[in-house]
Amino acid sequence: MTIMSDDILTIDRLADWLEAFEAAVTEQRAWLTELDSAIGDADHGANMARGMAAVTAKLEQGRPATVDELFKAVGMTLVSSVGGASGPLYGTLFLRMGMAAGAVPSLDGSALAAALRAGLDGIVARGKAEAGDKTMFDAIAPAIDAMDASIAAGVSLADATRAAADAAAAGRDATLPLVARKGRASYLGERSAGHLDPGAASAAILFETLAETVSRT
Amino acid sequence: MKKLINAPEDVLIESLRGVAAAHPELSVDFENRVIYRGTPKADGKVALISGGGSGHEPLHGGFVGLGMLDAACAGEVFTSPTPDQMQAATLAVNRGGGVLHIVKNYTGDVMNFEMAAELAAADGVQVATIVTDDDVAVQDSTWTAGRRGVGVTVLLEKIVGAAAEEGRDLASVLAIAEKVNAGGRSMGMALTSCTVPAAGKPTFDLPDDQMEIGIGIHGEPGRHRVPLAPAREIAEQLVEPILADLDFTTGPTIVMLNGMGGSPLIELYLMYGEVAALLEKAGVTVARSLVGNYITSLDMAGCSVTVLKADDELLRLWDAPVSTPGLRWGL
Repeated sequence: MTIMSDDILTIDRLADWLEAFEAAVTEQRAWLTELDSAIGDADHGANMARGMAAVTAKLEQGRPATVDELFKAVGMTLVSSVGGASGPLYGTLFLRMGMAAGAVPSLDGSALAAALRAGLDGIVARGKAEAGDKTMFDAIAPAIDAMDASIAAGVSLADATRAAADAAAAGRDATLPLVARKGRASYLGERSAGHLDPGAASAAILFETLAETVSRT
Repeated sequence: MKKLINAPEDVLIESLRGVAAAHPELSVDFENRVIYRGTPKADGKVALISGGGSGHEPLHGGFVGLGMLDAACAGEVFTSPTPDQMQAATLAVNRGGGVLHIVKNYTGDVMNFEMAAELAAADGVQVATIVTDDDVAVQDSTWTAGRRGVGVTVLLEKIVGAAAEEGRDLASVLAIAEKVNAGGRSMGMALTSCTVPAAGKPTFDLPDDQMEIGIGIHGEPGRHRVPLAPAREIAEQLVEPILADLDFTTGPTIVMLNGMGGSPLIELYLMYGEVAALLEKAGVTVARSLVGNYITSLDMAGCSVTVLKADDELLRLWDAPVSTPGLRWGL
């Protein structure tokens, strides 16, 4: 199979994705914070917008030449600017993605999926979350599963990332009835049911902006 | 919102400026938002750092000084500080004896300190961590993030700080920290919500004739909401779950009656009187007590009770000299 250039994510396209994620969390910050005020401490939108603004500011200063350096810069910036639990979790996601990707100038679909899988493993190691705990895991894990399945079926990167985005959105919506077992929402017990998880909501935005960035090219 | 502030986004940094102005014996790193002792402790001793979201003052910055912490990292109001702050503090206070991180059990605090410990270890600093989790209001700990770290954190910083000051090694300091955390239990209640400056309105609505039992220290909802009651009955609702959780009749105890920030001392002492009477009736011997605002929730009215199992060693460490903005005795 010949890999078309559309199926390759260069540094510039990965940076486009991060900028699109920044724009989306900034646009939807009020909604994310509203979700968080129902079952958390009402700062997820503000924290993600602040963190991603710091990321894009960092990338404007200079764009790394390799994927590992790009994701490491993103991860460290998130860790030092987001705070709360989201900082270490999103930071770990990107730091592990960078380690898995290595010093390469671009990623194909398989390498992207493998990097995301390593990032998810890092999130699990850091946050100890399992499926159904009502966390960002519940959006990210099905997204990566969908991407793996799509790539195995030989579809285009655009279709694979679209499948991942749809799976992430479905995973986000499936957190609605769940009782939280991790994070500050877990103190609410049964009262956490009936609300979307804010972390799953921002994670779904991450995959939606990935799919949009890939299809835009 | 009526607060003594200039702008909500400047509250933390301007408060740190005030700390620096009021306490020349401390040293404040405004960029990293870390409060240090002005005079570092001697080489070879274990150093203690803590930190967390702001809004709980005097915890933690008010407990930096001889006999307690070496540094405190301040996050935004009710938001954990970040690993780079903690790493800077860890490297700065290390005197070669290693560093103990004192962390309250909240998901964000635990993860950020965990990353900081990994970063510091990569820089060759030996780090040990104690996570406090003494809040009996959180019952079902298998299915939650675990019990919250509250009042026992204050007593632990004092006792473990004295142990570090004596020159004990990191393993021994950590062992005392674990003993204090294992033997301490707390329970809190709120008469009113608190108002986070950036939010501008109360975190939860609490009618005039209701109170919230089993609150944490961030304005998070409690175990249950009940009709307002006389102090004697409130004291029962706080003391009973503590005594039901751990047997405190086997030796001396240290008891703290803590204000949440918005209740006057006259009420806190009245409450302590009720709590002391209940403890005596239950066969609990109070060897030392502490009454006042030590781990607060901004302007929330209400209080918490902490009971800690003690022994000769812990009482001696409790009585050891301390000189911080928040606690000062024995000098």
